[in-house]
Amino acid sequence: MNSFFERRYVIAGIFITIVIILLARLFYMQVIDDRYAIYAGKNVLRQTIQYPARGPILDRNGKVLVLNEPFYDIVVEPRKVKPFDTLALCKLLGIDKAEFDKRWIKACKFGQTTASVFEKQLTPEVYAAVQERLSEFPGFSSITRYLRTYPDSVAAHFLGFIGEVKEPDIKRSNGYYHQGDFIGITGVEKSYETVLRGQRGVLNQMVDSRGRPKGKYANGLFDTAAVAGERLTSSLDINIQKLGEKLMQNKVGSIVAIEPSTGEILCYVSGPTYDPNLMVGRERGNNAAKMYNDVYNPFFIRPIQAKYPPGSSFKPLSALIGLQEGIITPQTTYYCPGYYQAGNRRVKCNNGESHGLVNLSSAVAESCNGYFMMVFEKIINRYGGKATEEEFNKWRDNVKKFGLGTRLDLDMPSESRGNVPTSLYYDNIYHKGGWRSSTVINVAFGQGELLATPLQMANLECTIANEGFYYKPHLIKAIGTHNVIKKEYTVRNYVGIDSQYFQPVINGMEAVVERGTAIRSKIPGIIMCGKTGTAQNTGGESHSVFVAFAPRENPKIAIAVIVENSGEGAHWAAPIASFIVEKYLRGTISQRESGITVEHFANANRLPDSALYYNKFRRKPVPADTAKKQKKDSLQKTQGLKTASGKENKSQATQLKTKKR
Amino acid sequence: MNNQRSFFFNVDWVTVFIYFALCVIGWFNIHSAVFDERHPSIIDGATNYGKQFTFIIVSVIVGGIILLLESRFITALAPIFYVGTLLLLMLVLVIGHRVGGNQAWINLGGGFRLQPAEFAKFSTCLILARYLSGPNIKVSEIKSFAIALAIIGVPMFLILLQPDMGSTLVFISLVFVLYREGLSPYFLIIGFLFIALFVSAILFSPLAVIGVIIAIVALIILLFRRNKRLVTTLLAGLAICVVFVLSVKFIYNSVLKPHQKVRIDIVLGIKSDLKGKGYNVNQSKIAIGSGKLWGKGYLHGTQTKYSFVPEQSTDFIFCTVGEEWGFAGSVTVIGLYLFLVLRIIMLAERQRSPFSRIYGYGVASIIFFHVMINVGMTIGIVPVIGIPLPFISYGGSSLISFTLLLFVLLKLDSNRMGIV
Repeated sequence: MNSFFERRYVIAGIFITIVIILLARLFYMQVIDDRYAIYAGKNVLRQTIQYPARGPILDRNGKVLVLNEPFYDIVVEPRKVKPFDTLALCKLLGIDKAEFDKRWIKACKFGQTTASVFEKQLTPEVYAAVQERLSEFPGFSSITRYLRTYPDSVAAHFLGFIGEVKEPDIKRSNGYYHQGDFIGITGVEKSYETVLRGQRGVLNQMVDSRGRPKGKYANGLFDTAAVAGERLTSSLDINIQKLGEKLMQNKVGSIVAIEPSTGEILCYVSGPTYDPNLMVGRERGNNAAKMYNDVYNPFFIRPIQAKYPPGSSFKPLSALIGLQEGIITPQTTYYCPGYYQAGNRRVKCNNGESHGLVNLSSAVAESCNGYFMMVFEKIINRYGGKATEEEFNKWRDNVKKFGLGTRLDLDMPSESRGNVPTSLYYDNIYHKGGWRSSTVINVAFGQGELLATPLQMANLECTIANEGFYYKPHLIKAIGTHNVIKKEYTVRNYVGIDSQYFQPVINGMEAVVERGTAIRSKIPGIIMCGKTGTAQNTGGESHSVFVAFAPRENPKIAIAVIVENSGEGAHWAAPIASFIVEKYLRGTISQRESGITVEHFANANRLPDSALYYNKFRRKPVPADTAKKQKKDSLQKTQGLKTASGKENKSQATQLKTKKR
Repeated sequence: MNNQRSFFFNVDWVTVFIYFALCVIGWFNIHSAVFDERHPSIIDGATNYGKQFTFIIVSVIVGGIILLLESRFITALAPIFYVGTLLLLMLVLVIGHRVGGNQAWINLGGGFRLQPAEFAKFSTCLILARYLSGPNIKVSEIKSFAIALAIIGVPMFLILLQPDMGSTLVFISLVFVLYREGLSPYFLIIGFLFIALFVSAILFSPLAVIGVIIAIVALIILLFRRNKRLVTTLLAGLAICVVFVLSVKFIYNSVLKPHQKVRIDIVLGIKSDLKGKGYNVNQSKIAIGSGKLWGKGYLHGTQTKYSFVPEQSTDFIFCTVGEEWGFAGSVTVIGLYLFLVLRIIMLAERQRSPFSRIYGYGVASIIFFHVMINVGMTIGIVPVIGIPLPFISYGGSSLISFTLLLFVLLKLDSNRMGIV
């Protein structure tokens, strides 16, 4: 012991102080601060999304339209690879040594301990050969992936396609989609995306500091299993869909058939169509570019996107409004001199040949323009010239009740409205009060500014077949095991015409096929009521239009057929419609008195002059490989224009206009 | 017979118990830290925990032998030990085995390696006690103080050449021994002051720091302006401080190595490089912090098990303690150390001979310094300095040298009634 004995307390004091500092810090880190526990959880937890199988889609009779087929990706984990016969593997996969080296370097860059895709989407046949010998190549393994396949290659426009999700969809989905996920882009795949995609599962795994899996997290307590997407049963009938697509090959146009008693769409053809299998797999990009550059635009969904003047197929509707308004009766007659005198205009009828004395039914059967112009003028002018505008708008409202000029709310994206012109539209052209019934008389027989989609035309036939109401047309009749999917599909939409007025019109329509313009398309033993149309248009030869329903008693199918730029309805559209109707009602197609055959129509090429279509779409053909790039460029250009000079151009244009005035 | 009984009676069994407790805690935590599923047994010789078991047994044998030796023998051998370790420290610079940038190990064959720096702590401690306990030696005298500094400085310098910064710094802890033996307390205060100045000069602008010092000195002078001596001392001190602060940036940028600079930056929060240089400390903090109050349980630490913390069986072994045993475990381990160190101080103070007392303080200081730096480093309040946690970290050299250090004291203590 010496004089510095007291100093032991100083030293002990320093030690104790330091220990208290350490413990205080530990207490803060371990007990108060929760962040570290969260970080530790993040360190070891790896969540893997378990992808569910996408729901299959069936036709109305349970035949598969699209399903998921397994494909095989070959993956490689560079660290596990041992020396092997590279040539054998190259041969097996069908690649050369240079390609092999390229991929090998890429895989090594991706990570020594992580598996990266070496060869994509082997078909089951190729895979069978590869699998047998895969054990010779340590480090290489296969993973199964599922891709959409279409066993019958039909109904591309109905089914649509899926593709990798894009930025806007990712943002909109509130974190549901991630880069590389698949999403429905068009058709049913898009409109029923939430049903088809199913529920994703999550697998919580523990990983070590190098990211190697080390077993389940919390014994799988937070894991969820993937739930496969629901099966959709569509209303389409694959038999008539196939027949329709066959008949429409090498033609531009559309077929829509609906079951009047339900609103279920039976046939949904857009010509030209494409094989949906082209939009899957390794060649997808090239195929899409090729189709994108096709002048006839196979991606255009004509049943709901194309707008046609309905032409004479509009006449039954015109007559029905006249009857309901009390302007005419079934017995009202009209003498057709081969023209109609509308004000000081003389509008030709029947190429100038007289129809003679016609009544309602025969006017429909013989398609007398004059009769319907007479009806239209009587309606519009019933309260004198001053009420023209008001009466026109009333007439327009009546037309719209049939679903024309509005979206029918089909369960499909990108539906068009069609067009029923408003009085305002004419005011703008002729200035207010500057037009009469005679000025706009063309709408009376479905020409002029009147435009309808094939779906709307078919729906109109449903309404006539049902004598005054329609069910909302739809393409999906069941989700999973639930048979009625939307209540609105069971609601009758009345169009404001009393059922008593339908028979005379239907009589006329029956006559069209039995002894009128469409007699060549008569189906032995089935009474089809129809109406031909020859829709004049600005784009060249008239469109061939035919609308119908059959059989007359207890109608089972209503149909609209349009063959673009093919002339008279009786020549092309009507026979095609008759085959579809017979196939649907009878299952087979019988020998026709007129001698028309499916083969003849299927083989006929009615594609319009491609130059005509260039004008229509204002698009120049682009070589397939540069298509993507140009699309990007043009996007940038238009964006640039919009921001930089868009406003300026407009204001300049308006200035010019005012100057002219 | 009577002798034997008194011998065992005289050994401080409390210290021995703490020693065993820490060794076993270490062994179990190493088992958890480097657990290998193919060798689950804790005594499997193929693994580091199996080896640690061997080290513990060897240490116990070494400890037993020390207890059986004559105290006088130990005292007499002190200079030989010291010269021997100095020779080994020089030898390691020539034939040393390089691990992680430090040439600190001598290969013994059979997978075992010797780290002379670990034994240098023991021998320096022993020779320092031997010197300071000599007749007419007073630390307060310049000559004695200089010789004592030289005794500590020579092994420090040799270790710095390896360069093993951690082991070098350990010798600084012997300042407590000198303080206990009469060194002016100003040395501790000034030492602390310089550390504070160094840190603040890095954190803040040197001019601001100088401004604050001048203000404080001015205030003190204003209050005690009659005490002329104090004023001159303060002014002289002020001048030194200003020069020191101004040279901090130079020392920091030129003298320290880049990796040492980064470690200091990370502790001070100037840099946070969580993926690179700051990875160790960050993962270590996550491991300890995620242990919460009661820990994740033995062999259940995810940070530990899935090797997120590097060096986790050696320098970062405290992570495993913190993660698997929580705050409760941390308190237990640090509490055991504090208890051990205070117990050693108590043992030192009850010695009759100055040699034993001085040696005892050396042991306490060295052990405490290790604990403070090691734990401080794992929780991010001290820069990363690679020194082991006594008795717990994996490693034979470290365990055996700490055993030597402690058991020599126990031997001296058991013999305290005898003649020196």
